[in-house]
Amino acid sequence: MKSVITVVGHDSIGIIAKVSARCADFSVNISDITQSVLSDYFVMIMIVDISKMTSDFAEFSSALEALGERDGLVIHVMHEDIFNSMHRI
Amino acid sequence: MIDIREIQETVAMIHEENLDIRTITMGISLFDCQSDDICRLCERIYDKITKSAEHLTEVSSALERRYGIPIINSRVSVTPISYMAGGIRSEDDCVKLAKTLDRAADALGINFIGGYSALVQKGATDSALLLIKSIPYALSETSLVCSSVNVASTKAGINMDAVREMGNIIKKTAYLTRDSGSIGCAKLVVFSNVPEDNPFMAGAFHGAGEAERVINVGVSGPGVVAAAVKRAGDVDMTEIAETIKRTAFKITRVGQLVATEASKLLGVPFGIVDLSLAPTPAVGDSVAHILEEIGLEVCGAHGTTACLALLNDAVKKGGVMASSHVGGLSGAFIPVSEDAGMIDAAASGALTIEKLEAMTAVCSVGLDMIAVPGDTPSEVISGVIADEMAIGVVNSKTTAVRLIPAYGKNVGDEVSFGGLLGKAPVMKLNTASPSKFINRGGRIPAPIQSLKN
Repeated sequence: MKSVITVVGHDSIGIIAKVSARCADFSVNISDITQSVLSDYFVMIMIVDISKMTSDFAEFSSALEALGERDGLVIHVMHEDIFNSMHRI
Repeated sequence: MIDIREIQETVAMIHEENLDIRTITMGISLFDCQSDDICRLCERIYDKITKSAEHLTEVSSALERRYGIPIINSRVSVTPISYMAGGIRSEDDCVKLAKTLDRAADALGINFIGGYSALVQKGATDSALLLIKSIPYALSETSLVCSSVNVASTKAGINMDAVREMGNIIKKTAYLTRDSGSIGCAKLVVFSNVPEDNPFMAGAFHGAGEAERVINVGVSGPGVVAAAVKRAGDVDMTEIAETIKRTAFKITRVGQLVATEASKLLGVPFGIVDLSLAPTPAVGDSVAHILEEIGLEVCGAHGTTACLALLNDAVKKGGVMASSHVGGLSGAFIPVSEDAGMIDAAASGALTIEKLEAMTAVCSVGLDMIAVPGDTPSEVISGVIADEMAIGVVNSKTTAVRLIPAYGKNVGDEVSFGGLLGKAPVMKLNTASPSKFINRGGRIPAPIQSLKN
């Protein structure tokens, strides 16, 4: 079971490290990352495996959103089903 | 494998273009609550609703979290209360039923409950008459109850006695809720060809042919369609239609996903997805702005009906393949007070009630959330209803009237209802009297197109 994490905000040191550490706290495994920095703007999309996640989905997404709020980033966590439904027949 | 561009597109639809699930509505049958004792009837109805939907709001928030998409409303629709009022002898007892619905909705934490309704397209039973008479009191003494009356159908024609009565009922409701902008009228719809599985308020109820319980979902997303039309750029109308279809497909797929999951988590069968473009007063969530994006200077300009017809059709064509069962109203809504673009167009005088009437012939509902002067005679309101019902009956489609004769207000004033109900400029009505016609009563026979067998 997969989930998508999107992170957008001003670039700063250690964004990937912080998000990855939070994922590890919940036993969420990162399967793919793509990120770019466009004129100081940091954009990252992470695909993660949540099948061994140690909490429920809501708790995990709240933890990441809280991390985002603290560091001035916008973080969304969405279950992969919404993308598959919307873009696959 | 999930594609990066698709992820970006979905995130933009939700966070920049206001894509949301407008409502998860649980339909609940009340037939097993029947009793000729009013106290017992109220108690059974309260228990049935609160037990059936006890996890509704909790499941909505869990799904909202899981998919990262806002689910704006959780609601309940019930068996038309006139069916439950067979043993009731007074309007006061009807109002007790309304208050019971209100209490149940409050206990569940939902924002509306629909079904204070009667179907009288051919004739009214004693209990339906009683319920209709009680509507003004029910709506002024409750806050979450929504009411609807079906007065016409293609099969039955138009019940003109009911049309006349609804003119009076709307006026009385406006008067009794005069201290809050006549808001009672915002919760009262008069229908022709009413769908029995509509998840949207104020017209939702749980029809007699429905299962014990059912989950119906209404999607939204005018902002997403407007953005897609804008991105399409300088293309011809074929391409505009294709763009809207593709967008509607994606929007509806999300509705189907949420509906299926909600049904699984609640253990209640999935009914339908309603493919409607439902606007809100928020900026970037307007059906009028889609029409303007297609190429009108302002909604209401000549050409508006044609653009709306294309929009309505493309939404259905795109949506129908995205869902296993489509139902409800399914099309574009044009509620004036709930749509920022319509509000501006009406306030500037570009959008008139006559143009709105023409638009209702090609969209999913009707004259919706329109404020008119408070001193409008009830016969004129009945005349508006009769015209709208005729459009629905002859074209075999749902039409509806939700007019607010705002007490003490005149053309040029504004009425504000707050929240999703928005604000409405008071619009001019043609006040030449249709009184003799309305007071004839009787029935307008079903049109020839009803004879399909």
